[in-house]
Amino acid sequence: MTVSNTPLIDLTTLRLADACALLEHGKNGPLPDPAESPLAFIQALVDGLCELSLRDPLTGLANRRQLRAALEREIDVVARSGESALLLMLDIDHFKKINDAHGHPAGDLVLQAVAKCLNACVRPKDTVARYGGEEFAVVLPDCPVSFGNVVAERIREMIEALCIPVTPVHNIHITVSIGGAYAPEWIRSTAVLWTDRADTELYRAKTEGRNRVSLGGQRVIAVSAEEKEMLFGHHALSESGWMDNLGDALAPQSSDFPLDSPSRTAN
Amino acid sequence: MPGVMSGVLNDVLTDVLTDVITPPKYTLSQATLGLKPQGKVLAVTSGKGGVGKTFVSANLASALARRGHRVLVMDADFSLANLDIVLNLSPKITLHDVFTGKAKLENAIMRAPGGFSVILAGSGMVEYARLTHQVRDDFRQIIAALVPHYDVVLLDTGAGISDVVLFAISLASEVLVVATPEPTSLTDAYATIKVLVGQQKRQVVRTIINQTARVGDGRAITRQLQQVLDRFVVTEPGQSTRLVHMGDIPADPTVKQAVMRRQLLMQMAPDCPAGLAMTQLALKLESTVIAQAA
Repeated sequence: MTVSNTPLIDLTTLRLADACALLEHGKNGPLPDPAESPLAFIQALVDGLCELSLRDPLTGLANRRQLRAALEREIDVVARSGESALLLMLDIDHFKKINDAHGHPAGDLVLQAVAKCLNACVRPKDTVARYGGEEFAVVLPDCPVSFGNVVAERIREMIEALCIPVTPVHNIHITVSIGGAYAPEWIRSTAVLWTDRADTELYRAKTEGRNRVSLGGQRVIAVSAEEKEMLFGHHALSESGWMDNLGDALAPQSSDFPLDSPSRTAN
Repeated sequence: MPGVMSGVLNDVLTDVLTDVITPPKYTLSQATLGLKPQGKVLAVTSGKGGVGKTFVSANLASALARRGHRVLVMDADFSLANLDIVLNLSPKITLHDVFTGKAKLENAIMRAPGGFSVILAGSGMVEYARLTHQVRDDFRQIIAALVPHYDVVLLDTGAGISDVVLFAISLASEVLVVATPEPTSLTDAYATIKVLVGQQKRQVVRTIINQTARVGDGRAITRQLQQVLDRFVVTEPGQSTRLVHMGDIPADPTVKQAVMRRQLLMQMAPDCPAGLAMTQLALKLESTVIAQAA
């Protein structure tokens, strides 16, 4: 197959200046010369834009969009294989005080230092994302329950040990609170519900005093809150009346039929 | 011939040869032999305890026996067996004696009041709650020896989702999950079903809803379970697990009376609402499951 240098599209008719400007300071170096290889140029431009759209500009971590994709991919794997996957949510303790005391550039330096530390704490296949503000998320595929607490503790300790120079004379020490939730094995959850559970654990870590890890347990055969919600939630109630009938079933029907179920003693 | 054989291959060959050469450990003598070839093995399980699993097993066995089927109920609840209490039997020989080699399998089969046969676990079976290779093998062989002599073998499993329960269910061609409309019971039933789908790749799970308040409640509950299953539990592409609603047993004060008197409902009051439901259940089993065996 021969590669023709004749472009299919006349590049001069496309408005590419803005896109090129976005990539100018990218870490992948300058774009290929469009005159020399239009195909390579377009490919590099598209790749660069994709990369940009998935990364948080300040920290270089995955952004919300990429996190979402990683969560959905992992939910798929967990549902099919039953393997254990953990989602950690981290929040820098008292971050507002840093911004107030040292200014936003100092805050940015802290965020960057935390991002770097997180990347160093996890495996290449894990996804580290900036969730927003001073909140981060880590998706750990194939993470056994025995390993989850170890990795979360390690992250907490490493960040606690960080010494972040924010000005030539000021070093800042910070702590993080970490909440984590395992994806329900064998079942298909949703990114929103999974994140919610990790967020709840993060809230617990915060209220219990910060600078600590709180992980939701993973029973091997757990029925998740999501499933229970569907079993007994308002959907179930509105669609069928059997929950309403529970009261009737359990109410005493005669003097020798007390509240507990008739066959309880028989099983 | 080369003298060295890999260890693994050696083991496999030994297994195969043992199967061929050694006679089966558990047999039933010709005297007790029936005519029909293979019976259906049905596991009755529940997830949560106290939902009437043993009550259903015993009375369903009785209802089937009344319809002319040869039925055996086997206590597969090693830890908290109480089939003996429900049937008001005090066994001289139990499954435990068979496992330990003290008695022959045929001597452990008792005649239950409802016109069916029963093998009781015996309290010593707690020792077998840890599933060793040997226990699995013995269990499998006992069932294989029983199956030719009955139309239906009901395994009354323990509550919960222990490995003994799952193993017992794995020996059955059909699984009946008993649940009550209570949320805790339904959650545990759902958890059991989920594991049966995930681990055993069950394509059909049958439900029996006990203590229902109204006609149609059990069907609605089964439909709800199916919806959650479809939404959350993934099976291979093109496959799905179907929950088949086998029947409701209405909340009925007569059940309590029968239980307290340690009598079978099917003997004491077969025409009470719960008794009639039990007969309906037997008919449904007959038309769906048992018919396929004949």
